[in-house]
Amino acid sequence: MKNLFKLIYRYHVVFLFLLLETLSLSMVVTYNNYQRATFFDSSNFLSGTLFERFAAITQIFEFKQVNLKLAEENAVLRTALQEMLLKNSHGNYHAADSIYLPKIAKDSSQKVVYRFTTARVINNSVNQQHNFITLNKGWREGIKADMGVIANGQVVGLVTNVSENFSTVISLLNSKWKISAKIKRNDYFGSLSWDGKDYRRVQLNEMPYHVPVQNGDTVVTTGYSSSFPEGLIIGTISDFSIGSGSNFYKIEVMLAADFKNLVIVGLVENKQMNEIKQLESLNKYGN
Amino acid sequence: MVISRFKYLLIFVVSVLLQVVIFNNFLIAKLVSPFFYILFIVLLPFETPRSLLLLLSLALGITIDLFTNTPGVHASACLLIGFLRPGILDLISTRETLESASTPRVKSMGFNWFATYLTFMVVIHHLFLFFIEAFTFQGFFITLLRVILSSILSIVLILLSQFLIFRN
Repeated sequence: MKNLFKLIYRYHVVFLFLLLETLSLSMVVTYNNYQRATFFDSSNFLSGTLFERFAAITQIFEFKQVNLKLAEENAVLRTALQEMLLKNSHGNYHAADSIYLPKIAKDSSQKVVYRFTTARVINNSVNQQHNFITLNKGWREGIKADMGVIANGQVVGLVTNVSENFSTVISLLNSKWKISAKIKRNDYFGSLSWDGKDYRRVQLNEMPYHVPVQNGDTVVTTGYSSSFPEGLIIGTISDFSIGSGSNFYKIEVMLAADFKNLVIVGLVENKQMNEIKQLESLNKYGN
Repeated sequence: MVISRFKYLLIFVVSVLLQVVIFNNFLIAKLVSPFFYILFIVLLPFETPRSLLLLLSLALGITIDLFTNTPGVHASACLLIGFLRPGILDLISTRETLESASTPRVKSMGFNWFATYLTFMVVIHHLFLFFIEAFTFQGFFITLLRVILSSILSIVLILLSQFLIFRN
């Protein structure tokens, strides 16, 4: 027994090292499910506050450009709204400068499903395998987990953790997140994920050979995930090839959103999310 | 003694802040990202007890992990260099050189010695870190390229810091 203690004392540094290293490596391994990250999360108070302070300084220089982008987006939305109003006036088309504005029909099929809100990015990275974004709003401002995050109508990520004043978003540039996406032209869908190599390109998988694919095809969301409305732009196909020994295409998608330059993002909440989830959970226990 | 402890606390805070606020946003040619913060482990005095060295390395790694959402990745890489540091020091220097000074600095140990020591520390740390982060040997050569280029940038940045900020 005495000898054992002597041995432990003599090699206590080695034992301490092995113990601590095992602990930290087990943290790496058990971290496979991104939603389990609660403590190690930049929505915690310390890093949230720090990131917000620094973002306030560094983003001053970017606001001019952001304003321009927002003005552009406003113009596009205003045009779309005008078209919508005209379409809903049941064939009565009016000139753009007409005073008459028809009311949008309010039957149950046209209930507002998605609620939009905005937040400011206070931390963001593109240089890791598992990138996250931190936003300056939390549950006090009505942010919830599983809300979709967009920038200029383009997909950016999904809210994972929410604290009182901050929230973290798993970025599309995170190899642990997958989203379903389809080719806009022909509605064939596959699963979109990132291979961790280039922050401007993601990969569209599970697209079988018989599907007609072209360079330049627009890739949009499917709406299956219920976090995003259907038809949000993800990017365009920049390259595709037939993988050896596989039944699927290897498709490279050039991202539409500029992940290195995110300042203001939009958040989408699906008001029917709980209802959809409850209904879908019945299938899990049903069989 | 108290002053010296305060100094190392300051180095700890400054390295973490510089890493989190500035260097984490570096990404050159989609490959190179420097990890400057290990400066703290590099600069600790020679006679730091080995178990304290391990605990300090763990604290540094966990702090960086907190900011980058990577639990365990930086902590394990820092622990490795904290554990290997005494061995590296023995490997590259004789007993007399280690006794001539109490801290590893360019000024006291000479540029060549410091650069060799730094290279060992940075390369081991980056090699471990990038492969743990990728968690696969798929794309082995691209990861290796990232290790080499990032190591060069980290070494240059830490050397520069020795002449600009941490002169004492």
